[in-house]
Amino acid sequence: MKLKTALLGAVATVAFAPMALADAHEGERGRDGQLNIIYWQAPSIMNPFLSGGTKDVEAASIVLEPLARYNETGALVPFLAQEIPTVANGGVSEDLTSITWKLKEGLLWSDGTPVTAADAVFTSEYCMHPEGGCAQLSKYNGVTNVEALDDLTVKITFATPQPNPYGPMVGGQSPIIQAAQFAECLGARAPECTEANFNPIGTGPFVVTDFRTNDVIQLEANPNYRDPNKPAFATVTFKGGGDATAAGRAVLETGEFDYAWNLQLAPDVINSMAAAGMGTPVSAFGTLVERIEVNLTNPSPSLPPETRSTAAEPHPFLSDESVRRALSMAIDRDLLVEIGYGQAGRPTCNLVPGPEIYASMDNTGCLVQDIDGANALLDEAGWVDSNGNGIRDKDGVELEILYQTSTNAVRQDFQALIKEWWSEIGVETELRNIDASVFFGGDPGSPDTFEKFYADVEMYANNFDGTDPQAYLAAYTCDKAPRPETQWQGENINRFCDPAYDAMVAELQQTADIEKRGELARALNDMLTKDSMTIIPLVDRGRVSAHANSLGGVVLNTWDSELWNVADWYRIGDNR
Amino acid sequence: MTDVSSQVEPVDPVNPNEPFAPEEKARNQWWDVWDQFRSHKGAMAGLIFLIFITLFCSIGPLLWDVDPGKLDIRNKDVRPIYVAIWDGDAKTSWARPMGTDHLGRDIMSNIMQGGRISLAVGWTAMILAILIGTFVGVLAGYFKRLDWALMRFTDLVLSLPLLPLLLVMMLLFRDPLRATFGPENGIFILIVLGIGITSWMQTARIVRGDVMALKEREFVLAARSIGTPPRRMITRHVLPNVLSPIMVSATLGLATAIITESALSFLGLGFPSDFPTWGKILFDSVDRMTAFPERVLWPGLAISLTVLAVNYIGDGLRDALDPRIRGM
Repeated sequence: MKLKTALLGAVATVAFAPMALADAHEGERGRDGQLNIIYWQAPSIMNPFLSGGTKDVEAASIVLEPLARYNETGALVPFLAQEIPTVANGGVSEDLTSITWKLKEGLLWSDGTPVTAADAVFTSEYCMHPEGGCAQLSKYNGVTNVEALDDLTVKITFATPQPNPYGPMVGGQSPIIQAAQFAECLGARAPECTEANFNPIGTGPFVVTDFRTNDVIQLEANPNYRDPNKPAFATVTFKGGGDATAAGRAVLETGEFDYAWNLQLAPDVINSMAAAGMGTPVSAFGTLVERIEVNLTNPSPSLPPETRSTAAEPHPFLSDESVRRALSMAIDRDLLVEIGYGQAGRPTCNLVPGPEIYASMDNTGCLVQDIDGANALLDEAGWVDSNGNGIRDKDGVELEILYQTSTNAVRQDFQALIKEWWSEIGVETELRNIDASVFFGGDPGSPDTFEKFYADVEMYANNFDGTDPQAYLAAYTCDKAPRPETQWQGENINRFCDPAYDAMVAELQQTADIEKRGELARALNDMLTKDSMTIIPLVDRGRVSAHANSLGGVVLNTWDSELWNVADWYRIGDNR
Repeated sequence: MTDVSSQVEPVDPVNPNEPFAPEEKARNQWWDVWDQFRSHKGAMAGLIFLIFITLFCSIGPLLWDVDPGKLDIRNKDVRPIYVAIWDGDAKTSWARPMGTDHLGRDIMSNIMQGGRISLAVGWTAMILAILIGTFVGVLAGYFKRLDWALMRFTDLVLSLPLLPLLLVMMLLFRDPLRATFGPENGIFILIVLGIGITSWMQTARIVRGDVMALKEREFVLAARSIGTPPRRMITRHVLPNVLSPIMVSATLGLATAIITESALSFLGLGFPSDFPTWGKILFDSVDRMTAFPERVLWPGLAISLTVLAVNYIGDGLRDALDPRIRGM
């Protein structure tokens, strides 16, 4: 009898095992043990308000959460909010000047204290502080007042009607921070709060246990996370640094890590890694555009630090539009895509490549390389080689360009190719590559950050969260230029300044009609690209990341942080 | 090496063109050194390789007239010519005997150009380190009053980590140097200085120890008793006798300098990306290591063989310069 029971038990176990495996991602918190994530750019801070770098924003998104995030289709999904406010449900006022969010009930910070509307109010004060130099200030464009109506209700009022009021506290770049922890860190003192910036108390699925700048972050499951069955992983090691190749190998070939972010590698390299069978590359097209940013101000080292690379000193030759246009005409974008991205890229002339309503479809003039045309244009503008050294010059100014970017094999290939094309139009190029953690690090003390822009042109990729390019385009207004007064924070990297552009951004901020918005956004995009060539777009990049075959639940999202749903990730099978 | 020795050695260095004279007349001691050196097979092989690689890099580009930076997309990913032996379908070309990289740059001319930089960095940094090291070592060993301060200073520099130091130096001095000397020369000076001033300490310690031992010897006492001033003592009696450890650490220093430069380039610091050095070529090729092993093999071999050769030469020199071993 005993034996029979045991046998029956064994049979039952075997019969139920497949069901248990299939549902392995349901269960108690922390059941799947350890998760290893590798980002080849190491996060230097866990506070996205103090860094524009994607790596910092994404690392912080594990811990800090906004009211709502965008999902993989670009639609909003509530995170800390109960629902998405709209005009229809009364959350957005009829005149589009205010939005009222309701927080979920019973939310707790990871230290056990309740999340209240006061935290949201504090977050906006923190970012909108006049001395702060908040890196995400464009998210708060036009906000006049943020108030707590009660413990769970926060109302954001705008100066003008906002057709897209989902800027503040929505998306990975603009999460909510805890008022109690950051209370002493307002304004110019924000960078001094090391403890808070490295170990923020959040509402996300994990909390930081050990933060090492530019190296590794250890996290463990948040005991107060709102869903008692999530996250599936008990601990996370978030390794930063190295390079894309090592990260790709670690996931695809050796299986040491479960998730590798943004594998910016040559297509043949990724394919050969994936052949090892340990993991899967995943890709999606978003709004990421690899571009060359042109410095409209003078980066000469002979200038004092107060005026170097600021609007006070216009660039000696890049302020001439025909030079910028010639630089763009000389580039063969098809070849760049073929060399660098393969299926994961397509040539573009647009800063905003999508969604379709906002993309300027007739801006295709740059797609064909035209070396002769570029030469003719420079001749016409008076840039000729008058002293016979092979470099064009005018009034004693030589066309010598310092071209910087982050250290990355594909980017160095692009630099080599573009240098060659520019030499064919009589432009001498000096190349410089800077370690990505430094280049995107946002440290105001370093001369090598992309914000400081101590070079003539620089190349990198950027994108916007969500589906609306308003904040992205608003980044190019005069007041957002990085300069010493803003601790070199700001998103107007080119120091582009055109009153007509600012006026049109203001108009976009007041327009509700979707068709009209599309028209304005396209016009703004054209002003920056084909009309002025301030930005020279190169490649519309799909994002390629990779996850181990044993990691389930990964939904690659190009509209928000890639780790947006890390709470739902789980281990497939019984191999924990 | 002979450059260094001719500066300090009062005896005229040997003129290699002079016919070897087996007569009874007084024989220059450098011939004995050479004979002993020649009997060290590894050292001879190393010397031959070093001469070969130096000629390859210095005269090579004159004969192999291909611009190392020239992109040729149509002829990218050409395999070295020897691949055709076992794989008839491989893309090979006699015009590109060592193949091309993924942008169509000729690998052979890149290795020549890269070798020029790597060797130049190695030699200059080594000479700098030897000069500083010998200077500090002799002063510390000979003058008792300076000993404590100089050796504590040596300990201090010894504890400086090279990589962070170079990073800081890059940050502070890159722009002024670039403005004064141009981008390539500016970085060259920076790297040479960085390596030079962080690698003289071993030499200084060895030299100091030897000088202190020498000071107690009878011939030094004799020289002092006839009133030889310290300057003459050092140049005439001390330096020639500590030449052998200096030369040995010089050869080791050259190897270290080449490796350090390679490591810096490998980390993506150092020279701009369009400026090939052996370490940089290696770094750029690691991504495609499995498909195109030759791209890491050749620069890697060049680095290791040069370092190995120089180490063997140092070994041989040490034996050759030691009169006790030579006499055997």
